[in-house]
Amino acid sequence: MPQPPRVYKTPAIVLRQRKLGDADKIVTLYTANFGKLDAVAKGVRRVTSRLAGHVEPLSHGSFMIAHGRNLDIVTQVQTIETFQPLRDGLERLCRALYVAELVDRATEERAENFALYRLLLNTLRRLSQREDLDLIVRFFEMALLVELGYQPELAKCVVCRSPLKQERNAWAPGVGGVVCPTCRPAEVTLRPLSANALNVLRLLQKGDFQEVARLDLAAELGEELERHLRDAIHFALDRDVRSAAFLDAVRGRLRPRQQVAARGAGPG
Amino acid sequence: MNEGAPAGRRPPSTAAPVARLIEALHKLPGIGPKSAQRLTYYLLRVPEAEARALAQAIVELKEKIILCSVCQNVTEENPCGICSDGQRDQSTICVVEEPLDTLAVERTGGYRGLYHVLHGVLSPMEGVGPDDLKLNELVARLRNGSVKEVIMATNPNLEGEATAMYVSRLLVPMGVRVTRLARGLPAGADLEYADDVTLARAIEHRQEV
Repeated sequence: MPQPPRVYKTPAIVLRQRKLGDADKIVTLYTANFGKLDAVAKGVRRVTSRLAGHVEPLSHGSFMIAHGRNLDIVTQVQTIETFQPLRDGLERLCRALYVAELVDRATEERAENFALYRLLLNTLRRLSQREDLDLIVRFFEMALLVELGYQPELAKCVVCRSPLKQERNAWAPGVGGVVCPTCRPAEVTLRPLSANALNVLRLLQKGDFQEVARLDLAAELGEELERHLRDAIHFALDRDVRSAAFLDAVRGRLRPRQQVAARGAGPG
Repeated sequence: MNEGAPAGRRPPSTAAPVARLIEALHKLPGIGPKSAQRLTYYLLRVPEAEARALAQAIVELKEKIILCSVCQNVTEENPCGICSDGQRDQSTICVVEEPLDTLAVERTGGYRGLYHVLHGVLSPMEGVGPDDLKLNELVARLRNGSVKEVIMATNPNLEGEATAMYVSRLLVPMGVRVTRLARGLPAGADLEYADDVTLARAIEHRQEV
């Protein structure tokens, strides 16, 4: 059997870091070629570290990684994108962290998934450039569900299999889809689903961001979609997403100011 | 993950008190199993008075050290020496993550204001939110209006920046000036290896020579 090469190169996005020993950190990377993996970044907590700035969470870089005895070791990094706007504003940052945590929690180590890598990269780019932040996150959540094999059934009722009509159906995150008004299974969680929300969910599921980007959702509809997709993700992952609490904290405190800013900016 | 003899499989010849101390030392940061053994056998040979002094120092640390009710730094007396020093500039507060950070700033000798220790940093992915930090205590200190400037000296990484932004949104409406430590190149650095963010900031905040 040929020996695997001692070092390998891959583009990657840093999902998170945790401290290791006195001066090191373990970084969790989502790589283009190998999926998610942990690697040690040596000495990055020292002021003079040449690596530190390149392994900050939410940065995209070209990584050179060496096989280590326990954990692999980051030997060189060249930053490709820093996504600076994400770091300059809480609104963008809390959403980007939420997205990164979802990817971290939804994936297994070393399971390559290039489509998910592209999705993460595109989502971070959109979050740092566009203003429709919530819509970007909704698009990401739906795409993540599809990518993980939890694509919700939005055409037919998951109980009786009859096509859904434009009426008040119910969202059943536990069974992966929508239930029509005639079927009311007692044992599953049901949430009222407006006809508009169903239409937006279908559009999100088509996976074309250009089309989604044309939407201008009313606040109420946006909140409904957020609840439904969060429920679906909660069921799919079967655990809480911690940064969702931070997202809520940032938004809760800043909502009044945000509205003032939106009014000042005018339509569009 | 730890190399060497794991705690559970010590040779039966090791006496229980010895094993217990090895175990306890091993839990300290930066102490591996081998260092823990070396320290234990060293302590076995030191005079009893010295060993007692060490034990006493550890006990006193836990018994006498409290958090200053003003700045939340660790202290023996309340309020702490810095908070009760009338010579210091009472209108400036430097906000840091950990008690050790105050030592680092003090060492520079260039700061004469007060401190506030948050005891942590916002870390959304680890579930550390605003309520887990000493933020309410900071807000309470600003209520009487004598503080003019708050310097955010959290670490210049993602979590530190997030904390600085969050605190600034909290405090600016109270009419306080909130500033952030400058970012630039460390002494002895190499431009070639500087990351883009640092270099961009260093250019942005360049100074007259």
